[in-house]
Amino acid sequence: MGKRVAKEVSIAVADAVAQCRVDVISAYPITPQTHIVEHLAELVNNGELDAEYIPVESEHAAMSACIGAAAAGARTFTSTSSQGLLFMYENLPIASAFRLPIVMVIANRSISAPISIWNDHSDVMTTRDFGWIQTFAENGQEAVDLVYHAYRVAEKCLLPVAVNLDGFIVTHVVEPIEMLDQELVDKYLPPLKMKYKLDPKKPITMGAIGVPEIYTEAKKALDEAVKASYKMVVQAWKEFEKISGRRYQPVETYRMEDAEVAMVIMGSLAETACNAVDELRAKGKKVGLIRFRLWRPFPMQDFLKAIGRVKALCVVDRAVSHASTGGPVGIEVRSALYQSNKRPRVVNFIAGLSGRDVTKDDFIELFERTFEAISKKPKFSYEIYGVKE
Amino acid sequence: MRPELAKFKPLSIKDLPKEDWIAPGHRACQGCGTVLPLKLALKVLGPNTIAVSATGCMEIISSPFPYTSWKVPWIHVAFENAASVASGIDAAIKALKRKGKLPKKEKINIVVFAGDGATFDIGLQFVSGALERGHNFIYICLDNEAYMNTGVQRSGGTPKFAHTTTSPAGKVIHGNITWKKNLDGIVIAHNIPYFATASPAFYMDYMNKVKKASLVEGPAFIHVYSPCPTGWGSKSEDTILISRLVVETRLFPLFEVIDGKYYILNRKVDKPKPVEEYLKLQRRYRHLTKEEIELIQQKANEEYERLVKLCEVFAPPKEGTKEETKET
Repeated sequence: MGKRVAKEVSIAVADAVAQCRVDVISAYPITPQTHIVEHLAELVNNGELDAEYIPVESEHAAMSACIGAAAAGARTFTSTSSQGLLFMYENLPIASAFRLPIVMVIANRSISAPISIWNDHSDVMTTRDFGWIQTFAENGQEAVDLVYHAYRVAEKCLLPVAVNLDGFIVTHVVEPIEMLDQELVDKYLPPLKMKYKLDPKKPITMGAIGVPEIYTEAKKALDEAVKASYKMVVQAWKEFEKISGRRYQPVETYRMEDAEVAMVIMGSLAETACNAVDELRAKGKKVGLIRFRLWRPFPMQDFLKAIGRVKALCVVDRAVSHASTGGPVGIEVRSALYQSNKRPRVVNFIAGLSGRDVTKDDFIELFERTFEAISKKPKFSYEIYGVKE
Repeated sequence: MRPELAKFKPLSIKDLPKEDWIAPGHRACQGCGTVLPLKLALKVLGPNTIAVSATGCMEIISSPFPYTSWKVPWIHVAFENAASVASGIDAAIKALKRKGKLPKKEKINIVVFAGDGATFDIGLQFVSGALERGHNFIYICLDNEAYMNTGVQRSGGTPKFAHTTTSPAGKVIHGNITWKKNLDGIVIAHNIPYFATASPAFYMDYMNKVKKASLVEGPAFIHVYSPCPTGWGSKSEDTILISRLVVETRLFPLFEVIDGKYYILNRKVDKPKPVEEYLKLQRRYRHLTKEEIELIQQKANEEYERLVKLCEVFAPPKEGTKEETKET
């Protein structure tokens, strides 16, 4: 078992990528992802990592090169944020449709305008329909573990995986982190062998035209693959627990036993929210917390099980879906509930945009407002919380 | 001169294999001057090749699922990024060879086929990035001087006065208002090991250029003139005639540039044919006035003479001289 060593999370994430013995790294700098790709460049140039590092001229090229490299049978990595993710947008559905096991770390950051380098989830939420497996880390240890997990899952399912970490709040924090021993990583992650790749000995055609007669079938096939990846996502976490002792599941719960009101949240804010839960519990309020670690494929059954018999859900989104029926998570949660028999009140807040602090007291207020909503239906379908007026 | 090219022995027609690596039955128009150079390139490169296509006619005509014309491994990702995809393939091959996952000595050609839209316009940044980073690949720009796949819209590669659907020959504005973008100059400025222009009428010249491109270590770029009967309003049977005339009128000179510094003119045109002879075979030019034809004529001569001077001043060192060592 490895030692816990204090490390900046970005550095630890890059070290984990290196431990996964990537063949090709293709990346373009953007704050707050930079420390990850800088450290990888260091490892390559110091001879500590045997990989090709392509310092591409844009994020669009970063993902294009990852697609080319993965199609040629290489284990690939890239990382980006915000506008960078939006610039590579066009390639994202192509990577999944080609069934390429690319791993990307997204240091989540708000999107322009106004330009802002700080954290929220508005970048990745624009990509949720593209057939990428998407996981969200709460802290540094989880970020590192999700990187190992991402390669395991990607290569088993032949689907790209995006690991999401909150920019700055997670990426730039120094935390005690336990890295896996190299031997265990190698055991967890056998060398990549692609059945179909660009090989002159066995030529294949990738990226053919899909006429209307076959396009639907191609999309259906991908959809089935992404749905089916759920099993492998869970299985890979089970395998990971065996070698690391650390247990992960698609949906995390905190003090949900007998909870009447549950907060639903993703990413690092969950840690602050847990403190609010503790404080309210100490006052006898029956509150709990649900955190999505796995966002795609959406863990419907885990979520429905996790909410138990709550009377209300307080969904805290970190992105705006302008003039729709909620934030991205709120919309998803309401849709999931509609397909079940459970009918808790759903109160949807959008908070913490562009790194705006959401404190314990804020969470307590959100909980209190959700309690009020049990008896009195709110007049809004979502509210942007904490707007200065 | 580069050692890879110093002892180059030109291929003759007898050296060419009978086999093609792009299958017949593809859906190109009759007389397509784009699929022809594509096919000839693969003839030279052979089966140990990975091909990358940008979105465009050549991708459309060769891959309507479940059919494929490609006998070599082929990938098409999007419109602008073929050079970046090739960068990734190059990096993958290098890493996998170093790690013993691919046979170290086996040479695998990586070749990009992209149109003028994908190269002059939307993909210029990606082409520049890949050339500048020095990836070992061949970029073949099949230049049919407009966006043909979407229905003949003007690109940066469209010549002055040419009629396209977005630069129509109107009553006030007579077709495309700008001169063709000097892509060659942009590419050459990257100081890549090998650059050449080619035309399908001079097919052995072209195929030898493909061969040279495959021999150099690092990026090679071939700018191929590619007549499009559908878009140009020319006769299918005139494709080769037009691609000969474009050279003989000095409108598209055949030349090579090694390492961005040595210029070689492959075909001197001392007695050029008048540009009108070339222009009159294509309906895209039928609205031209005498003055406009004269402008095109002047520009052709001017550009050609500039190139001749470059080839004189920056001629490659003659074999056996020590110029090379002096410079380094």
